[in-house]
This record gives sequence, C-alpha cells and structure tokens, in this order.
Amino acid sequence: MKRFEYIRAESIDDAIAAIAAVPDARAVAGGTNLIDLMKYDVAQPSRLVDINRLPLDTIEETSEGGLKIGALVTNSALAWDTRVEEHFPLLSSAILAGASPQLRNAATTGGNLLQRTRCYYFYDACTPCNKREPGSGCPAIPGVNRIHAILGTSDACIATHPSDMCVALAALDATVHVAGPGGTRTIPFADFHRLPGDQPELDNTMRHGELITAVEVPPSRFGAHHTYLKIRDRLSYAFALVSVAAALTLDGDRIVEARVAMGGVAHKPWRDRLAEADLAGKQADAAAFQDFADQVLEGAVGYGHNSFKIDLARRAMVRALEQAAAGTPQRQTDKRIN
Amino acid sequence: MSSRNLQQGDVPIVMTINGDRLELHVSPWTTLLDLLRDHLHLTGTKKGCDHGQCGACTVLIDGRRINSCLVFAVMRDGAEVTTIEGLAKDDSLHPLQEAFIERDAFQCGYCTPGQICSAAGLLAEDRAHSREEIREHMSGNICRCGAYTNIVDAIEDVMAQEQSQQKAKVA
Repeated sequence: MKRFEYIRAESIDDAIAAIAAVPDARAVAGGTNLIDLMKYDVAQPSRLVDINRLPLDTIEETSEGGLKIGALVTNSALAWDTRVEEHFPLLSSAILAGASPQLRNAATTGGNLLQRTRCYYFYDACTPCNKREPGSGCPAIPGVNRIHAILGTSDACIATHPSDMCVALAALDATVHVAGPGGTRTIPFADFHRLPGDQPELDNTMRHGELITAVEVPPSRFGAHHTYLKIRDRLSYAFALVSVAAALTLDGDRIVEARVAMGGVAHKPWRDRLAEADLAGKQADAAAFQDFADQVLEGAVGYGHNSFKIDLARRAMVRALEQAAAGTPQRQTDKRIN
Repeated sequence: MSSRNLQQGDVPIVMTINGDRLELHVSPWTTLLDLLRDHLHLTGTKKGCDHGQCGACTVLIDGRRINSCLVFAVMRDGAEVTTIEGLAKDDSLHPLQEAFIERDAFQCGYCTPGQICSAAGLLAEDRAHSREEIREHMSGNICRCGAYTNIVDAIEDVMAQEQSQQKAKVA
C-alpha cells in the first residue's frame, strides 16, 4: 500500500478544507471499500481525511415526514432503525440484501453512494482500465464481462455500480446533501451518479472537496407494495447480477404510480421514467409488467458473457412488480422467490 | 485548522483490547488486524483474504462485529476491542467456544475465531432466531472445510441456553 498523510478532521469545514487542498485527497469513513482499493493499489490517495468524528451519524425526521440520514450512519444502524423498518422497508430490505453483517456494521451511508465498481479489470492494477487510468482502454468490452452493464454503456466503459442501497434510494427519489468549499447544495438522486460516457473515471457529479453530509428520503406512500429482488450467483454475500427495487401506488388493481430501479445493469441505478409513466393508469397485471420491462430494455446491449442479463432483467422486473402488486416483498433470509 | 495532521511519525491512539487499556503508537496504514497480530501478538484473530471477503479477521469493536482487515487502527482511536482471546473468562470458555467444541463446529479451525466472534456479535444483535436467519446472518464468515451445519447447531445451542437463562431470571 502506498503511504499517505493522515488527517483526523474535527469539523465539517476542516474536512472540506483538508480534502480540497490536495487533488488526490480522499475522505475515509467506514473504509470497507476504500481500504480494500488501497490494498490493491487501485486507490492511492496521498492524503486520507478521517471524517469519523464529524457529527453526521444521526437519522432525523423531516417536517414533511421523510428522513434525513447522516452520512456516517452505518448500513446496519440504518437498516434496523425502527422508523426505516416501519416507513421505508424497501430501503431496509435493500441494505440487508447487500454485503455481510460485519461490513454493514462498518460501512456508512455516504460511503455506500461512493463505492467504486467491482469490475475485475478496474480492480486489477496490472490491466488497462479507462476508469482507473483514463485513456488506457477497456479490456472488459472484448473480455470477461459477465458482471457488466447492459444499459447506458459507452465505448469507454461497461462497468456497473455495485450498490443495493442506492437502487432503493433511486426508487425512493432520495436527495443527496453535500457540503463543499463553495457552500452546501442538494443533488437529486437521479443526478448523483452518472453514466460513463467519455469520462468513466467520474462515478458521480460531486466536485473535488465536496463531502456528502446526508441523504434525504421523502415520505413514502407505497405501504406494502414494494420489493427488493436481488438475483446473484450465490444466495448471500454476493453482488447483484440484476436487482430490482419496485414500488407501486395502487387504486384497487389500477396503478397510480410505479417506480422501478435496477441494479447490476448500468453505471448507476437505472430508472426509466417514461416507461414508469406509461404504467400509470394500467391494470397491475403480468401483461402490463411485461410491456414495461420490454420498454425499459429496448436499448439494452449484451457484450457476450453478460448477454443473459437482458432476459434476466426482464424476468426480474416482471417478478418484482408482481411481488409489489401483491404486497408480498421479497424476503432477504430464506431467499425463495414467490 | 483544528484538525490534527498526523503524518509525522506514529500516531498515538488509546485502545482497550480485551479489557486492557493500551496507549499505542501506530502508523496510519496499519490495519486493526495487523496491529492485533503483528504488534500485540494476539494471533488468535486470523488473516484469511485480507479483503473483507472471508470473515476470518472478525472482531468486536464496541460490541459490534467488524472485519478488522478493512479498518485502519487510527480510525478507531478510543475503541473497545474484543478478540477471540478476550471471550473466555479466566479458565472458563465462552458458551460459544464450548458449543463449537461440543458440536464439532470446525475442521481445520482457521476460520473459527472469526466465526465465534461473529456469532457473539449475532447474539448481541438479537436479529437472527431461526436456522435460516442464523445462516444468513453468518454469511460473512466463510468456512472452506464446510462445517456450516455444525456451526449453526452450536449457535442455536447457545441461543437456547440464553433463552432458558432469561426465562429462569423472569421466573
């Protein structure tokens, strides 16, 4: 591991100043992804700013009935918060579908948003990678790409964002609060992560020196009509090949509002708002769900090993919408898909 | 800036490890796992993958289980750490240690300290109650020998013991 300068920040302003002053400085909170990347020499920050002492570890109720989740709230604290379990079970379920209990105890809300792709080539510093070394090429496109993206890819990168939590946050229309040298701002979740385009080295739209302070979720109206369905190679402790966060507002058996976000298929949690809007007013049945899935996957492209994901994503979306319509969310313990 | 720049030399930290309060000097890049094994010679905690994928390095920090390989010791200044060496009380083993022996819940034993610390964390969380839930909540600990069935048996035994003790207390 490359040696680095360590700074323990005592305030948000200190943290921002310490990061902004050094171009390759990074904040560290739980460390579960960053330290791993440092061990592989994929991340080589010359300065590490420890933000664990900042007062960002609480969950507050907003006046609208949503929640403002501090960036340092751990994944387990969030998943098991009674307000989250009661009012945002989709979020709780998605978090518990990811990683392991040990990792969830250390990993934080802000860090979850900022985790890097699990692309094999990105992780292997001996191979070229446009995300790790811009302009060096993408060996995944002609190479081994079973876990890679089928939507929103570019000639430069077909990596996916690996988070489960973010897929739920996308469906819940969360907002990211950031603070930086220029003050604070909020970023709608859909605009936080970005597609690779010709700058795959940028995972998100934060500027250097900015720090996530909180993630806010507005009140949810879905009741039991939600699910987080995660399809993976082994039943636990594995990244998603395809995952779906689905939430429906129903009037009888008619859809009032549908929200569907997918993980494992793109450089960011994938939502298709046009297709969602087309579902509104329709009867909540398999035919409508299949039409929806076809529409979402219209532009999907397989790269060989991952081509199976197109059909898997179609089936997963239909099944997730059926689960949401029935009010029978996927269980994250026995994993049987009903 | 009131933040402390701790590049120069080793960083002073205080950590309570298995009940002993220690004043230590560590490099910022020393993981908690390496601090325990290489500096404090507490080699009960095992290095398996060193990347948070196997769970062999699981210890309890302030009562919660974490992978000690994925945290720099400096980040946990002030913490209370319990390793496998700290679970037994004098000469009497922790109930999980007894149960692992009784149920033959290991073969080579390399993953066992991590399994037992993880199980101690699981019991404290009180979220897993059925066999299925125990399996899911122990999924961060890989056992290459495949002793999983007996590991779940051992944890179930201790859970049942704890429940009957609680009932006895209430009665």
